[in-house]
Amino acid sequence: MDVALLVQVVLNGLMLGALYACIAVGFSLVWGVLNIINMLHGSLIVLAGYLTCSLWTEAHIHPFASLIPVGLVIGVGAAVLQFVLINRVVQQPVLTTLTLTFGLDMILYNLMNSVFDATPRRVTLDLGRVTLGEVVLPWDRIAAMLVALALTALLYGILRGSRLGRAIVAVRMDREAASLMGIRVPRIYALTFGLGAFMAGVCGALLSIVYPITTNATGQLLGKAFIVCVVGGLGTVPGALVGGLALGVTESLGSHWFGPQAAALLGFALMLALLVVRPTGLLGRKGYE
Amino acid sequence: MASHWRRIGIGLWLLGVAAAPLSGDNYVIKIATFVAFYGALALSWNFIGGYAGYPSFATAAFVGLGSYAGALCQNAGVPMVLSWGLAAGVTAIAAAALGFVVLRLRGHYFAIGSIALVEILSLIASWWSGLTGGGEGLNVTILPGGPVFIARFFLYAMLAIVVLALVATVLVERGRLGFGLRCIAQNEDAAEMVGVPTTLYKVLAFVLSGVFCGAAGAAYASWVAYIAPTDAFSILLTVKVPVMVLLGGPGTVFGPLLGSSALVLLEETVWARFLEFHQAILGAVIVALIFFLPGGLLGLAGRVRKSA
Amino acid sequence: MSALLELTGVSKRFGGIDAVRGVDLRVERGEIIGLIGPNGAGKTTLVNLITGVHRATAGTVRFEGADVTAQRPHEAARRGLARTFQIVQPFPQMTVLENVMAGSLFAGASATPAIAREDAMQHLERVGLGAQAHRPAAILTLPSRKRLELAKSLAMKPRLLLLDEVNAGLNTSEIDGALELIRSIAADGVTIILIEHLMKVVLSLSQRVLVLHQGALIADGPPRAVVDDPRVVEAYLGARFAARFAQHPTEASRA
Repeated sequence: MDVALLVQVVLNGLMLGALYACIAVGFSLVWGVLNIINMLHGSLIVLAGYLTCSLWTEAHIHPFASLIPVGLVIGVGAAVLQFVLINRVVQQPVLTTLTLTFGLDMILYNLMNSVFDATPRRVTLDLGRVTLGEVVLPWDRIAAMLVALALTALLYGILRGSRLGRAIVAVRMDREAASLMGIRVPRIYALTFGLGAFMAGVCGALLSIVYPITTNATGQLLGKAFIVCVVGGLGTVPGALVGGLALGVTESLGSHWFGPQAAALLGFALMLALLVVRPTGLLGRKGYE
Repeated sequence: MASHWRRIGIGLWLLGVAAAPLSGDNYVIKIATFVAFYGALALSWNFIGGYAGYPSFATAAFVGLGSYAGALCQNAGVPMVLSWGLAAGVTAIAAAALGFVVLRLRGHYFAIGSIALVEILSLIASWWSGLTGGGEGLNVTILPGGPVFIARFFLYAMLAIVVLALVATVLVERGRLGFGLRCIAQNEDAAEMVGVPTTLYKVLAFVLSGVFCGAAGAAYASWVAYIAPTDAFSILLTVKVPVMVLLGGPGTVFGPLLGSSALVLLEETVWARFLEFHQAILGAVIVALIFFLPGGLLGLAGRVRKSA
Repeated sequence: MSALLELTGVSKRFGGIDAVRGVDLRVERGEIIGLIGPNGAGKTTLVNLITGVHRATAGTVRFEGADVTAQRPHEAARRGLARTFQIVQPFPQMTVLENVMAGSLFAGASATPAIAREDAMQHLERVGLGAQAHRPAAILTLPSRKRLELAKSLAMKPRLLLLDEVNAGLNTSEIDGALELIRSIAADGVTIILIEHLMKVVLSLSQRVLVLHQGALIADGPPRAVVDDPRVVEAYLGARFAARFAQHPTEASRA
C-alpha cells in the first residue's frame, strides 16, 4: 500500500481521535465520579455546536472566541440540573440514573429540534491547508485537534492540581471518607457534572468547525463516548485520550479499507471485544467500578 | 399484591385487548395490537431486568433480529407462523450465545454491552445489503385476506405471544428459576454461594427475554410488511420497554402489562394532540416516574392500600 | 477410605503476593478443626480456595475423593461445602425465611419452593430465629444476622461447614449460645472448620488446631500443644515477646 496514503489515513485518524478524546473525557469523568451514564452528553455537544454556529452566522463571533463562553453556559446549566434534580437519585441503581438522563435527553433533544430544526449546519472558516508531500492537512482540523488536546490537558491539570480537582478525585475514590473529611459531596457532584458538560460544550464548538452539526448525530456522539470510555478505561483523562486516539485511528483505517459503515461497526466490535477481554479498559485500574 | 387482584387485572387486560374488534374501528384494533406488542416486549424484558435485576438494553436487538429472521424466512417461502417460530428460535440461540459474552459484565458495563448489541446488529443489517436489503429495507410478503381480516389476525397473533410470555412468567415466578433470579438481583455473590448456578440462570433469563421479542418482532414485520435497520433496531424502543416495566412495577407478573399499556395509550393520546412535542412529553413522563413513582403503578396501589 | 477434604500443595498468588503457599491438609469426617492465625495470614483466602471462590494457582483440593480444584462456588455448595461469611451477606429485600429457603432450595435437598419453606422454618427454629421468619432480612441486628447465616448454611445440608468468624462482634452470653449450637451441629455428624480469633472458642470446641502464618501452615495438632508451640507464639506476638514467653510461660499466658 502507498505509504503517503497510509500516513494520510493515520493522521486523519489522529485528528479525529483527538476530538473523540475530548468528547469522551467529560463523559468519562461523570461516569467515573458520579457513577452515572450521562445520556445527555451527545445532545449537550450538539447544543453547543448549534450555539456556536448561531453566534457565528448571526453575530459574527469567531468560534475560538465563543468556545469558552459556550462551554460555560452549558456547564453551568448542567451543574444546576445536577444540583436540583439528579442529585436526588444519584445513589440509586444504574437503571434509574440512566433512565432519568435518557428522559432529560428526550426533552432537550425535542426542544432543540423544534427551536433549531435538524438541518446540518457548520462554521466554515477556510483557513487553508498544509501540504507535506502527498499528505494534505486542512488547518481548521489541525486547529480543532490542538485545541481539543489543550482542553483535555487543561482538565487533567484541574484534576491533578486544583483543590476542586483533588476533591473530585477524593469523592471518586471513597464518597463516605470524602464526606467525613468535610467535602460537600452534593456540591462536588454538581461541579463534576458541570465540568463534564463544559467539556461537552467546548467539544461541540470545535466539532462545528470541522463537521456539519445536526441533532441526528446526538446518538452517534454518545456512542463514541461510550466506546472511548470502555476502550481507554473509565474515569481517567489519560484513558480517554488513549481510547479516543485508538478509536479515531481504528475508524479511519476501517473506513479506508472497508467503507464508512464498516468503520462504525469496527468501533463497536472493538468495544465489545474489550469489554469481554478487559472490562477495565486499556489503562483502567482493576477493582474500581 | 394479592394474587386474586392480580388475576382479575390480567384477565381484564386480556379481555380488553381481545375485545378491541367489537369497536369495529380499525384504529382501535391497531392500538390494541400495539398494546399487545409492547406487552409482550415488556414481559420479555421483565425476565432479565425485573427478576434478575440486569439493566438490559438489548430488547431492540432481539426484536430486530426476530423481524429480519422472520421476514427472510417468509420471503424464502416458509409459511408465516412457522417463520415466526423459526425467528423465535434464531433469537433464542443468539441470546444464549451473546448472553455468555455480555452477562459476564455487571452494572453499567452490562447496560453498555447490551446497547452495543443493538448497534452492532443494526450496522450489520445496513451493511449486509445482499441479504437484508441494506438501508433501503426489506419488503415482506403481505398476508392476503383484506385489511379487516389482517388487522384482526395480527391482533390475535400478538395476543397469543403475550399469553405465551405470561405463562412463562408465571412458571418462572413459581419455580426455582424465579427464586434464583431474585437472589441474583439482590446479591449475586451470595446467590452463587448458596448454590444458585448464576451463569446458567442469567443466560436462561436472557434467552427468555429474547425469545418472545424475536417472535413479536417477526409478527410485527409481517404486520407492517416492511422493515429497515433503523426501525427494527431502534434505540428508542430499547429504552422505552424498560421504562414501561418500571412504570408498571418490575419483577411482577401484571406490572409489565400495566406499564406498557399505560405508556402506549398515553403516547397515542399525546401523539395525536402534540405531534411536535411527543418526545419531550415522553421524556417528562420518564422523569416524573423516577421521582414520583419509584415502585411503579403497582407499588402505588400497594401504598394506597397500606395507608387506607 | 479417602479423607473428607484433602489439600495438597495448595498455593494462591495475587499479583506478586503469595496469599497461601504450599498448604497440605487432611480433614477426616466428624472432626472439629480450629483454623487460627494473625490478621492477613491467609485464612479467608484458604476458605475461598476450598469453596471455589478462588482457584488455586498450584496444588489440588479434593473433597470426598473427587478433585474439586476448579469448581465454581455453586458447585461447592451443592457438594456439601457450606460456609458462613465474616461479613454477613443476606439477600436484603427477602424475608429471613426466604433467605434460608434459598440455601435449602439450591444446595439442600428441597425439590420445590414449598418443601424448602418447611425445611427452612425448621432451621430457623433451631437457631432461634423462628419468631423473625417473616421480617425483612435487612433489619436484623448483627447477632441475628450471624444466626441467619448459620441457618442458611444448615439448610444447605453441609457435609463440611466452614464458619468464618461466626462469633466476631458477639457478647459473652451470645457466644455461649453459639458454642452450644455449633456443638449440636457437630453432633449431627457435620464436619466443622472454625476460623476464629477468639481463643476461648477455639480451645473449647476444636479437637485439632491449624495455624496459618504468612500463607503457610506452621502448626497442626491438639489445641494445647499448638498454643504452646513457640513458632505459633512468635507468629502472633513477634520474636522478642516469644523469647520472654519461653522463659516464663505461665506468667505470660496469665498476662
